[in-house]
Amino acid sequence: MSDLSKTLILLLLFALLLDLDAFELRKGQKTERISGSAGDVLEDDPVGRLKVFVYELPSKYNKKILQKDPRCLNHMFAAEIYMHRFLLSSPVRTLNPEEADWFYTPVYTTCDLTPNGLPLPFKSPRMMRSAIQLISSNWPYWNRTEGADHFFIVPHDFGACFHYQEEKAIERGILPLLQRATLVQTFGQKNHVCLKEGSITVPPYAPPQKMQSHLIPPSVPRSIFVYFRGLFYDVGNDPEGGYYARGARAAVWENFKDNPLFDISTEHPTTYYEDMQRAVFCLCPLGWAPWSPRLVEAVIFGCIPVIIADDIVLPFADAIPWEDIGVYVDEKDVPNLDTILTSIPTEVILRKQRLLANPSMKQAMLFPHPAQPGDAFHQILNGLARKLPHDKSVYLRKGEKVLNWTAGPLADLKPW
Amino acid sequence: MKLQALQQSYFNRGRSNSFRNQSPLDSSIDGATTAANKSPASIFWLILHCLCCLISLVLGFRFSRLVFYFLFSTSSINNLYTATTTDIAETLSFTTSINNIRSFSPPVVNTTVASRVVVGRHGIRIRPWPHPDPVEVMKAHKIIEAVQREQRVQYGIKSPKTLIVITPTYVRTFQALHLTGLMHTLMNLPYDVVWIVVEAGGATNETAALLAKSKLEIKHIGFEKKMPIFWEARHKMESQMRLRALRVVREEKLDGIVMFADDSNMHSLELFDEIQNVEWIGAVSVGILAHSSHSDEDPFEVHRSMDEEDEKKSPLPVQGPACNSSDRLVGWHTFNSLIYKGTNANYIGDMAIVLPRKLEWSGFVMNSRLVWKEAEFRPDWIKDLDLVVAGDGDDDIESPLSLVKDSSMVEPLGSCGKKVMLWWLRAEARADSKFPSGWIIDPPLEMTVPAKRTPWGDAPPELPSNTQKVVSSTTQENTEKRATKTRTPKSRRSSRGKRKHESRNTDARVSARNSGERINL
Repeated sequence: MSDLSKTLILLLLFALLLDLDAFELRKGQKTERISGSAGDVLEDDPVGRLKVFVYELPSKYNKKILQKDPRCLNHMFAAEIYMHRFLLSSPVRTLNPEEADWFYTPVYTTCDLTPNGLPLPFKSPRMMRSAIQLISSNWPYWNRTEGADHFFIVPHDFGACFHYQEEKAIERGILPLLQRATLVQTFGQKNHVCLKEGSITVPPYAPPQKMQSHLIPPSVPRSIFVYFRGLFYDVGNDPEGGYYARGARAAVWENFKDNPLFDISTEHPTTYYEDMQRAVFCLCPLGWAPWSPRLVEAVIFGCIPVIIADDIVLPFADAIPWEDIGVYVDEKDVPNLDTILTSIPTEVILRKQRLLANPSMKQAMLFPHPAQPGDAFHQILNGLARKLPHDKSVYLRKGEKVLNWTAGPLADLKPW
Repeated sequence: MKLQALQQSYFNRGRSNSFRNQSPLDSSIDGATTAANKSPASIFWLILHCLCCLISLVLGFRFSRLVFYFLFSTSSINNLYTATTTDIAETLSFTTSINNIRSFSPPVVNTTVASRVVVGRHGIRIRPWPHPDPVEVMKAHKIIEAVQREQRVQYGIKSPKTLIVITPTYVRTFQALHLTGLMHTLMNLPYDVVWIVVEAGGATNETAALLAKSKLEIKHIGFEKKMPIFWEARHKMESQMRLRALRVVREEKLDGIVMFADDSNMHSLELFDEIQNVEWIGAVSVGILAHSSHSDEDPFEVHRSMDEEDEKKSPLPVQGPACNSSDRLVGWHTFNSLIYKGTNANYIGDMAIVLPRKLEWSGFVMNSRLVWKEAEFRPDWIKDLDLVVAGDGDDDIESPLSLVKDSSMVEPLGSCGKKVMLWWLRAEARADSKFPSGWIIDPPLEMTVPAKRTPWGDAPPELPSNTQKVVSSTTQENTEKRATKTRTPKSRRSSRGKRKHESRNTDARVSARNSGERINL
């Protein structure tokens, strides 16, 4: 009896201790849990919630392209390649297509690089079309749903519109064959032609090791108020100004170039990453496209992102409550940026920093190699899992056709 | 960032600028037709483009086609109707004020919501006075302060201990200089400070007045003996004063970290953050600034006289812990005083190098519990304070190492002594130099330059008489010596040390001139 009572007392004490610990943690906590509109889903494990079948395409669609230009592994569009590698060895992969919920087509459309290292999108629609023709003729799963349970990764500037220039991209629209598929892309803007309903927005690829190697101790005091490095005017392509970034970056420069609180310039310092860790706010204005790796860098380095891009859709918008983490500023309010930023209450700023310090937040923005739990790969899979189970309308009746295989500019219809 | 380079390279590859400039006008037209067909409108625009190029050639600068656009804007509204529902905005000016946006809204055909974000040229918005607002700058600084405070709470020292600073001092010319510096350093710390100031010659009001300017908690203790003139004796007395302060810590059971801050030393704020890490007794590296202020010698001469051996033995001016490669304490760096033997200063104010002792007190910090009476608070490798100092503090101990039985237990701080965060310096005036008490000039000085309007009327300047000449010459003699006697029996003022010779002479002359008419102010 006495033994039993002793163990009971010990258990009680233990529980008390744990409770005290938890209490203390809550008081002086460094981070805060992140839950977006879909709930507290950042740390979900997709394994067991979905099955993905990876089509075996001939290597001319993926391996050969990469062999031709290995620079594709390091630029900001590299997510498509790393996602393919991740899926090949992931536990969600299934070799039996009958039980798959989602189908993945590994085609590297953003790997045709100029000598400068920038991807040309002119052949991408043909490449994609050719890949889809292949999978629709060799497997029955495409025709079963006309692509509604297939997903594609299109990390280019304007996603599946396959053009770097916004007007051209809008004019082209999303590739007609991808009308029913789920698109995983970096571009996101509300009510824009190139963002279709049900797409998953992801962050651009940023090299994780490079950023980790530039970390400084968190006790270094943050003394820069606002930090930005980049172009304000794109003199080569927009000499008159007002076109690039819809005039927002130029407005930032003209209004704040002599303001001591704003550390902004076009220089390329070697201490760029370290400086971001010493800043309270980091500007993330749009450029030729609304998204940029600056957002990822700001999150990794704990600098509150100031997002100046009207109607932008940020990565994993349903899992991450970006309004609580970053500061949205309308482009028309840029001249009042200093008033806006200084009028944010201190508690709000400290809370944002706590949210940013959450390691699961930082993990969700990265594409590490090898993959780690909670990283961007897993968030993509979580997003796909949240779309399950498929609606009945996804499966077409026999002989029913929705897609128009001859739609689009004539040049796209040529074989690749 | 990279996106711009992307665009740049595209255009460098041959897609000319004209493509981009035409696009707001062209794309809508091309949208309706495929690239293969050329509509009359596109041919028209091509001709217009050529015309503009010719005009630009003639004019010598780039001729904006916007002019044509506005000329024909009314007729071309219909031409701009597109299948897509995007609007195109044009602006008139984009430099100074808020722009005017002219938007064309074609009748909406599809049911999709039109995006409020328009593609095209926008104005660059600049507010009327684009300069920093001081109120906002202040607010931003408050924000930064709050952020840094939070950072310190989270990543800095978890529970900062009280700092017990022990400083021996005494009233002298340079006291205000040194003590003010130390006081301001301590006032800048984010930690609680208890400052024990031990004053040789008893606690004086002058020092108390100086200390009262700070808002620190100060224990002002008088030490009954006067500070001796010779450096050797002075070092000994300082040790005794520090022991007296340690006794106070012991009696009052002050809790915290004890550090020895000499008033003439210079401390960096990082030092105080670093010593919070000490557990029992720690040592930091002290930079030794032992320099002669004597400028009579030719500095180049000194260099030539130092031969090769002395160069090699020339000391790194640092005293502190020495570590091996695995960061464990193996010994001590001390200042090599041998090369200065015989040329160092003997008494305060001597114009020669003042040497430190082997290991200065200021390089050590310890947990205050080491000096408490009860033995259970301290580890057993610490000797009790009373046992070390026999009697009433007649003997002195050279450095806190005497308190420690096993000196390998001393913790090296500041990345194992590699970082020097405080500097030892001894700069003093001669012991008999005079200075205004409290550095308040009271009663005010005599005037040195006669004003145009004097309160005693416009009497013409008198020629100095013979007797007065004698007085002035003696005063001039006296300026050679530091201390001078009073000039007239009436004035009780004594001249202060180190005043400029010129002003002294004019002073003497003026005072001689006006001696008959002087009014005591």
